Amino acid sequence: MKAFAALLERLAFTPARNAKLQILQHYLERTPDPDRGYAFAALTGDLKLRTVTPGLLRGLAVERFDEVLFALSYDFVGDLAETIALIWEGEPQGELSITEAVHLLETTGKAGLPAAIAGVLDRLGPSERLAFLKLATGNLRIGLSARLARTALAQMGAPTLDEIEEVWHGLKPPYPEVFAWVEGGPRPDRAALAPFRPVMLSTPIDLDELRALDPADHVAEWKWDGIRVQAVSEGGVRRLYSRTGEDISGAFPDLIAEITWEGAVDGELLVRSEGGVASFNDLQQRLNRKTVSRALLQSHPAGLRVYDLLIWNGEDLRPRPLMDRRAVLEAADFRSDRIDISPLLSFSTWDDLAALRADPPDPVIEGVMIKRRDAPYTGGRPRGPWFKWKRDPRVVDAVLMYAQRGHGKRSGYYSDFTFGLWSGDTLVPVGKAYFGFTDEELRELDRFVRNNTTERFGPVRAVAPKLVVEVAFEGVNRSARHRSGVALRFPRISRIRWDKPAVEADRLDTLEAMIDAPNVFDAEAARAGVRHGRTKRRE
Amino acid sequence: MRADDFLYPTDAGLYCPPGDFFIDPVRPVPRALITHGHGDHARAGHGAVMATRETLDIMAIRYGEDFTAARQVADGPVRVGGVAVSFHPAGHILGSAQIRLACQGGPVITVSGDYCRTPNPVCAPWEPVPCDIFVTEATFGLPVFKHPDPAAETRKLLASMAEFPGRPHLVGAYALGKAQRVIALLRQAGYDAPIHLHGSAQRLSDYHLAEGIPLGDLRPATTPKQIEGQVVIAPPSAFASPWVQRFRDPVISFASGWMAVRARARQRGVELPLIISDHVDWPQLTQTLSELRPQEVWVTHGAEEALVRWCELNQLRARPLRLVGYEDEEE
Ligand SMILES: [Zn+2]
Ligand SMILES: [Zn+2]
Repeated sequence: MKAFAALLERLAFTPARNAKLQILQHYLERTPDPDRGYAFAALTGDLKLRTVTPGLLRGLAVERFDEVLFALSYDFVGDLAETIALIWEGEPQGELSITEAVHLLETTGKAGLPAAIAGVLDRLGPSERLAFLKLATGNLRIGLSARLARTALAQMGAPTLDEIEEVWHGLKPPYPEVFAWVEGGPRPDRAALAPFRPVMLSTPIDLDELRALDPADHVAEWKWDGIRVQAVSEGGVRRLYSRTGEDISGAFPDLIAEITWEGAVDGELLVRSEGGVASFNDLQQRLNRKTVSRALLQSHPAGLRVYDLLIWNGEDLRPRPLMDRRAVLEAADFRSDRIDISPLLSFSTWDDLAALRADPPDPVIEGVMIKRRDAPYTGGRPRGPWFKWKRDPRVVDAVLMYAQRGHGKRSGYYSDFTFGLWSGDTLVPVGKAYFGFTDEELRELDRFVRNNTTERFGPVRAVAPKLVVEVAFEGVNRSARHRSGVALRFPRISRIRWDKPAVEADRLDTLEAMIDAPNVFDAEAARAGVRHGRTKRRE
Repeated sequence: MRADDFLYPTDAGLYCPPGDFFIDPVRPVPRALITHGHGDHARAGHGAVMATRETLDIMAIRYGEDFTAARQVADGPVRVGGVAVSFHPAGHILGSAQIRLACQGGPVITVSGDYCRTPNPVCAPWEPVPCDIFVTEATFGLPVFKHPDPAAETRKLLASMAEFPGRPHLVGAYALGKAQRVIALLRQAGYDAPIHLHGSAQRLSDYHLAEGIPLGDLRPATTPKQIEGQVVIAPPSAFASPWVQRFRDPVISFASGWMAVRARARQRGVELPLIISDHVDWPQLTQTLSELRPQEVWVTHGAEEALVRWCELNQLRARPLRLVGYEDEEE
């Protein structure tokens, strides 16, 4: 538990991805089985333990501590598990391994749980107490995705991330066979039916780069603004995976029910609406849910638009060229009106395709995909066979409101920015961004922030509303969680407008108007270069 | 003499009428007794100052030789007016002292100033000073504060340096006391490479060296080219200034008792929190009160509510003085 507690503490305070990876990798290399496997599962949320409730923790505290002293402490610390870990009067006695802790939580009945937890707390030091309580409450909160954790595994040995992901499903904590494999042992057998296969990803391209390629070697299709998924059905087991291999079947029982074939298909998850496809905003209503209400299943039915076949009726099609796979796809019968095929676009020159891209038939299209006819299906992001040519980002001119100091390579620089738009005479924050600057711009922005600070809160400074920044983004959704009522997708600062007075920045209603605007990348507008909150002019 | 006539709080600080002096006054007064050199306790501009030799030296370094009109080294028991005064080690920083006051027919009062009972390589250890009234701080006066072994915290720093050998580790530490303690802890842990200092900690560290405290090879952290070592000690305020920009991909660390609480560490943007404090934690505070068992406890500053509650539960008379003007150098 000592090493696990140290790991949690380091991960919790380390902001940079690479540093996180390194810390995790070192832990996994130094920790024996099965401890490291349980730690790994705890980090990725794959450890299904009986969860200890806040009520139970409060009960423990009341039994041991003066009510007033505990209340004052909790008030100061702000986190229940942390308060208990800190206030508890235990003496470290020997070592309790994470494996023992997991077994204890797995085997103790509900009635015996409070006493068992108190017993463990009595024999741990403070940081181990916190780690144990976080484990028990199932709330690690360290910002580490399952994919990032598996990346650390891939760094430990020969197997690549894709190979690891391919065998992962069906494996259970503490994953001894995976650790043996990355340390030179045999590749584990795929344990489960309907596993995830690494998906093929595309790289961005623009018209200039396309001109170097022969249109005749390529096919094109719409790029749908949904969720990339892999639907797999093998031997009666049916699953839906996100493109990173997370099993999202639970959120889409309606789509799972429509799968009556055998195979593994690659496609876009979309929400259907009358006669077409609903917006990404509608799709979001269905995401991140463990269970879905019947009403939501009715109002927001899920559908699948298939663009590739990996496995079909037991045959692995991945080594075969795209056009062979496409022939099988077009001949396939999915036996469902919720599942259809993404059509190919007809074009003979890149300019033809540019015209199609500028005037798509559906607002849920965010550009075009360009794929080599003879390419096999290769997991990962090979440069070349698949390209995405996204529509131009939308932009608004916003005013810089808050700045926060960055970490790692940006240490000491104010490099994370919150920006806002006008609503009446006040600025309403609409988003946060930290990328998209050169070193020189970073220095200039840092100087601006230091010279224009109006207030400080810890590492954050409020700045005088003077500087306009052009913010590019991929879309706007309604959001109840944001004060502005809107949330930007993938915002980044594309230009600093030293020249523009803050009063001339855009208004919040400009952004609101873009939420459901069906033809925001209307061909006319694009050609005219209308930029006021619409489409960014190509320069 | 009643205790309340012997020593009481005023706007300028604690005042002792029979001796006609203030203790750690926060504004200029004719006569001041000063517990230790931290800026909020030791201010310039008094008529006369009595303090330990080290505290007087530190004040002269910080404020210049003319920081007071007259000074007197506290050395053994002395009489000030009608009061018997003596200074006793407080274990907080170099030169820090508790001040014992006694007068005919009155109670014995110990004003502990800031104090700490964890062994500290840069100063003499705290000593119990039996008394009727114990005047205590309560900076970490909540039962959640149980400072861990500073050697273990130092090992965390060394482990991070081994994990990220290419990254400089900037350790935030108050320029007087904490900076030197962190250096001494690193030396005790066997780290003997040069340690770089932000300019504000330089002269005070030199003074520690001159006092025979082995801090090893200390160098300025001026230009990046000159920095060979992996550890740089700086006051936490430096992290908000462009000074940090000279370091490539640094690990920002901070040595303070507040680092025990995650939200506090996060709020400061710290990547490597080190729980190292120069103040008593809750167990030390309550242990001290239990051992001294004074008739009354006066709480100067900090989380007095919880400490007064604890005294209530333990049948000790306690009252908060709510002195203002004392900041907390671990912030
Ligand atoms: Zn102090
Ligand atoms: Zn103080």
